Amino acid sequence: MAAALRGSFVTLAKGLNGLWLNQLGSRPLSVGSCLRMPEAPPARADSTFKVTMVPGDGVGPELMTAVKEVFKAGDVPVEFEEFHLSEVQNMASEEKLDQVLASMKTNRVAIKGKIHTPMEYKGELASYEMRLRRKLDLFANVVHVNSLPGYSTRHNNLDLVIIREQTEGEYSSLEHESVKGVIECLKIITREKSRRIAKFAFDYATKKGRNKVTAVHKANIMKLGDGLFLQSCAEVAELYPKIKYENMIIDNCCMQLVQNPYQFDVLVMPNLYGNIIDNLAAGLVGGAGVVPGESYSAEYAVFETGARHPFAQAVGRNIANPTAMLLSAANMLRHLNLEYHSHMVSEAVKRVIKQGKVRTRDLGGYCTTGDFVRAVVDNLRHQPVY
Amino acid sequence: MAAVRSSLSLSSKVLTPIWSGRIANPVKAFGTGFCSQREKATYTGQIIPPPAKYGGRHTVTLIPGDGIGPELLNHVRELFRYSCVPVDFEVVNVNSALTAEDDINNAITAIRRNGVALKGNIETNHTMPPSHKSRNNLLRTSLDLYANVMHCQSLPGVQTRHKNIDIIIIRENTEGEYSSLEHECSVSGVVESLKIITRLNSLRIADYAFRLAREKGRRRVTAVHKANIMKLGDGLFLQCCKEVASGYPDIQFDSMIVDNTTMQLVSKPQQFDVMVMPNLYGNVVSNVCAGLVGGPGLVPGANYGRDYAVFETATRNTGKSIADRNIANPTAMLLASCLMLDHLKLHGYATMIRSAVLTTMNETRLHTADIGGQGTTSESNRVEGRPWRFLQKTTGPSFVR
Repeated sequence: MAAALRGSFVTLAKGLNGLWLNQLGSRPLSVGSCLRMPEAPPARADSTFKVTMVPGDGVGPELMTAVKEVFKAGDVPVEFEEFHLSEVQNMASEEKLDQVLASMKTNRVAIKGKIHTPMEYKGELASYEMRLRRKLDLFANVVHVNSLPGYSTRHNNLDLVIIREQTEGEYSSLEHESVKGVIECLKIITREKSRRIAKFAFDYATKKGRNKVTAVHKANIMKLGDGLFLQSCAEVAELYPKIKYENMIIDNCCMQLVQNPYQFDVLVMPNLYGNIIDNLAAGLVGGAGVVPGESYSAEYAVFETGARHPFAQAVGRNIANPTAMLLSAANMLRHLNLEYHSHMVSEAVKRVIKQGKVRTRDLGGYCTTGDFVRAVVDNLRHQPVY
Repeated sequence: MAAVRSSLSLSSKVLTPIWSGRIANPVKAFGTGFCSQREKATYTGQIIPPPAKYGGRHTVTLIPGDGIGPELLNHVRELFRYSCVPVDFEVVNVNSALTAEDDINNAITAIRRNGVALKGNIETNHTMPPSHKSRNNLLRTSLDLYANVMHCQSLPGVQTRHKNIDIIIIRENTEGEYSSLEHECSVSGVVESLKIITRLNSLRIADYAFRLAREKGRRRVTAVHKANIMKLGDGLFLQCCKEVASGYPDIQFDSMIVDNTTMQLVSKPQQFDVMVMPNLYGNVVSNVCAGLVGGPGLVPGANYGRDYAVFETATRNTGKSIADRNIANPTAMLLASCLMLDHLKLHGYATMIRSAVLTTMNETRLHTADIGGQGTTSESNRVEGRPWRFLQKTTGPSFVR
């Protein structure tokens, strides 16, 4: 009887239009079988989720290979659509960007490496990275800084979330020379976007059961610009009576972060401060190679590393640390409702780090990227497979 | 803190002249929703960020309520998880035993944040002092959810006396008899209970009814009233309906007195198409209609305001007597969750779940006792796929006819 019913559900789902639903409907029963997921057996990979993949520059492609290998070994029902978009390798063009955007619009989820932006000015102020972000309106960047058990740093057991507005502020690409020798660079803060990011931060805190949000600003100097940001945060905070709201000036925040980072829970800030704090906080727990990050708009989600660096000097040397990208990929699986696989991948990575036998150079080991990925794959197999 | 506030308000004053020009046309849609009747306006500006939807995933407030509410909503969560619906729930519990209003205020704030809620009914204790208002009513009025919409449709496979019923009932949800204005006059032993009908709200609900009728391609709207007795109150309501009807020449309009309506409903329900009515009549008529198509376990309901929407079962029962016995019919709540998905524009998922539910209704052996089935709980335990378990539960005596 159950089989008959399941059959009817599957055929119904298959009759619907749209790729998305076809994939969903035919997923087997076992996935939803209990409310606390991770113990559930894996889904048969007879239907897959499509995800856009933009490897980017530097070690991006190597990290993506790591992700693909782990997914393959773990039977993760995800299929990638790969697009190589790069400014430095002359592989960027309008058509390419449009292809990526079109793919994102159908898939809604992407995994992405850093697209390197050359510093010299060639007539275009906005980089491809920025344009992609703006076209998709990826306004919120989330970096969850979490100490890895087994890898000891100056501060252990850190657990804080940095939320950054990333479509306006200093990154508005509005610069001009008004008088010869004088450049004006505009920083734009709007009430609409400030409230949106503030609400995102509080919604995130609510969803993840966190209890404090700290707004980081420099309203003592930029009284109007950052003042507006701060005011917006304070107003949104009133909607969340159960979450404590504080604010802190950026310079003090940097000092507090390196001195006593445990006082922070969720931090929300405008663009440039977020960039700095992201990197600072990533440094606290082991560097760019271990912290995952993600960007959200209302419709789309992009998963990437927390501190976005191409790490070009490591290309081809097989020394990049894939931890960040693998954890990010695990977060992506959770976003796709694949709780079980997400848990499997992130646990495998954490177990490898905890065992401490296989470590890449940035964590003080001598292993290669390949060794690390193999170790992760071996640990995947320790999961019960039904 | 006071110092911070004052500095903030100062900066806002400084800002206004600068920004008013630049943000010429802010999104006003979310603005005034915060300045509702109950809570004083806390927002100084007009732009309120949109509901919690990030990366294509929605957050929805879930109020389990009392009685069978929690178990029904657990089934919904289970099914959503199974079908990979991109919706996360923020669970807000409301304890109906407390006299303080903190819980319900929390729930209301949560809906303000998320925009959408799915809820079970919250028990209202009649023995509480008169100052204790119905939590459900409080929620509806605070969020200004003025339109209660219920679509009564004969379900396939359910044996009822009448076939081919397809009625949309639209009920004014915020005023009328539910205004909570009652007092004992200067004369002892005489209680006055005020029924409030306002022109504004009547026009609003009538317009909603006609708009919905046009959207769904319906032909006729019937206003239900008692204007022969309450000549001014219900008279105003009827008058407003007529005024709005003149703006919709393509839709036929007629009116019917409430007592006659209930009689017609049980004798010849097929004559009705869309019905619009004030609060209490809506309550009565919607229960009659739910009974016509198979009972309280089958019909979903929705409450819409301008900014928010709350979904629940149409007849708003708590079903205390059959709680925790694993026998309640989950169809109504599942269909309500489909309405919610439609509201979130996740039409594909809504259609998928709805057709799965309706297909299951066709399997008579899975029917719950309230619609004449004999499914037993032990039988359901043998079924391997848990998402299907709830579709074959039996129902206790209180729900049988």
